[in-house]
Amino acid sequence: MTGIAWWAHDGLEMIRRNLIHIRRTPELLLDVTLSPIMFVLLFSIVFGGAIRVGGAGGQSESYTNFLMAGIFVQTVAFAGMYTGVLLANDLQKGMIDRFRSLPMAQSSVLTGRTLTDVMRAALAVAIMWIVGLAVGFRPEGGLAGNLAGIGIILLFGFALSWVGVAAGAAVRTPEALQGIMFAVVFPLTFVSSAFVPVASMPEWIQPFAENQPMTVVVNAVRDLTLGLNVGTYTQPAILWCVGILLVAFPLGLWLYNRRTTQ
Amino acid sequence: MSRLMIEAEGLHKYFGETKALVGLDLDVQEGTILGVLGPNGAGKTTAVRILTTLTHPTKGKARVAGIDVLKHPDQVRANIGVAGQYAALDEILTGRENLTMIGRLYRLDRATVRQRADDLLEHFELTDAAGRTVKTYSGGMRRRLDLAAALMPQPPVVFLDEPTTGLDPKGRLSMWDLIAGLAKGGTTVLMTTQYLEEADRLADDILVIDHGKGIARGTADELKRQVGGERLEVTISEAPDLDAARRVLEAMGEGPARVNTEDRRVSVAVTSHGAVLTRAIRELDGAGVGVDDIGFRRPTLDEVFLTLTGRPAEEKPAEVAE
Repeated sequence: MTGIAWWAHDGLEMIRRNLIHIRRTPELLLDVTLSPIMFVLLFSIVFGGAIRVGGAGGQSESYTNFLMAGIFVQTVAFAGMYTGVLLANDLQKGMIDRFRSLPMAQSSVLTGRTLTDVMRAALAVAIMWIVGLAVGFRPEGGLAGNLAGIGIILLFGFALSWVGVAAGAAVRTPEALQGIMFAVVFPLTFVSSAFVPVASMPEWIQPFAENQPMTVVVNAVRDLTLGLNVGTYTQPAILWCVGILLVAFPLGLWLYNRRTTQ
Repeated sequence: MSRLMIEAEGLHKYFGETKALVGLDLDVQEGTILGVLGPNGAGKTTAVRILTTLTHPTKGKARVAGIDVLKHPDQVRANIGVAGQYAALDEILTGRENLTMIGRLYRLDRATVRQRADDLLEHFELTDAAGRTVKTYSGGMRRRLDLAAALMPQPPVVFLDEPTTGLDPKGRLSMWDLIAGLAKGGTTVLMTTQYLEEADRLADDILVIDHGKGIARGTADELKRQVGGERLEVTISEAPDLDAARRVLEAMGEGPARVNTEDRRVSVAVTSHGAVLTRAIRELDGAGVGVDDIGFRRPTLDEVFLTLTGRPAEEKPAEVAE
């Protein structure tokens, strides 16, 4: 087999391990099942009547339509960062030393981890989609638009998984990382177009809210799934995802290697 | 013709100000067991981590199975098995799943993986537990599974870092049998240990290290001879007879006798067995000294370590973290 075939072989082996972990400890899936369901229900029911979103809510101008893109992106963002927690866990135990002593592609520990988390994110998206439909989500963007939207959600999740890898390799304990995660991801989500239109925010914060990656990705997903001004945000969203990957991927590998060769 | 399967030359490893290794040399002949003996913090684990490609030395070079550890770490990894005090297993996977995963990552084909996992589980008495998650395993079972995982590729060279630390006597004995079996099958083993008894029992050759470098090398017998020869040791029945016993033994041995009042033991260095034993019994009897036990004994490795380093082997210096 060639180098790339072996790399895929090792990566699949690592994915298999991660899937067994999920099967044996289903609570590992709570963050991508229960939490998003709660978010969809709470936000659409509680805020649905109070927030006017106008045309950004699709033909029906409904808040639920507006909200779903935000919930999708927030969920994969948390799931991506959670990669770091799982990696930091592994790093605290002896298992990584075992992997390091094996003639395997060392990066497959990380690619296996991030690809598994893309699967987790896909599961979360599927669950939210169904719950969303039940409370009035009407994705009118057509099959192509919706598939493209899902593609961007997962690409963003994958990119953030690598940010998670870098963070997981940099911190000393998984607990520390959880704290940092909330301190970073929460403000980024709330100061974005995820839950309310940016135009409703104080003026001084709007330039940031309008241009940060979360908003760009949320807008792209929203437009694609709802069939609105398609195209305006698609390219910038993909560029953001690729840009994050270009930085986080080598940084994650480097930090991981540095951490494990000490 | 035997060849060297592990060679290290002038290994240095610094962690900031801490010098874990300062010029360690070692070599191991094919099919033999080298016991690396030293207290906590002597640099044993660091040496193993360098030889198993887990960390880079600050200075120095090493070859395992004839392959340069720094230049071709991947080829080295394909030729070694590593097991240690911190059993590197996945707790959520079952015993068999651990072996299968590790076998696959050694890039063995499925049939081979299945066959070897079955054989090793059987040989290591883990067949009944094979379907249980490692979380439920005892310390001894974890160590056995850890060693089994290291043996999946049938590696020519095996590294064992304190393989029995923390095990109960039964677990220790069963690990010893497995380790001894390895060398019989032609595997080269480097084993670190804090237990002198373990090195004495298993190792063909012992390297004593302290403060990051080797301070003595040889077979257990050679090391013991370095410290001094045999002694005739007598345990007497009644404490008041200690003086009389000492006079008798000093008259027939070399140098002053050592007296241990608490255990009522008197010993003296002797140069030959000859008629010493019968003469000692007769003369002690003649002096009216009751004898509980008498015999020749050679120094233990504990005494060797004490002589070489000036402190007991089990001492744990706090300033050097390993």
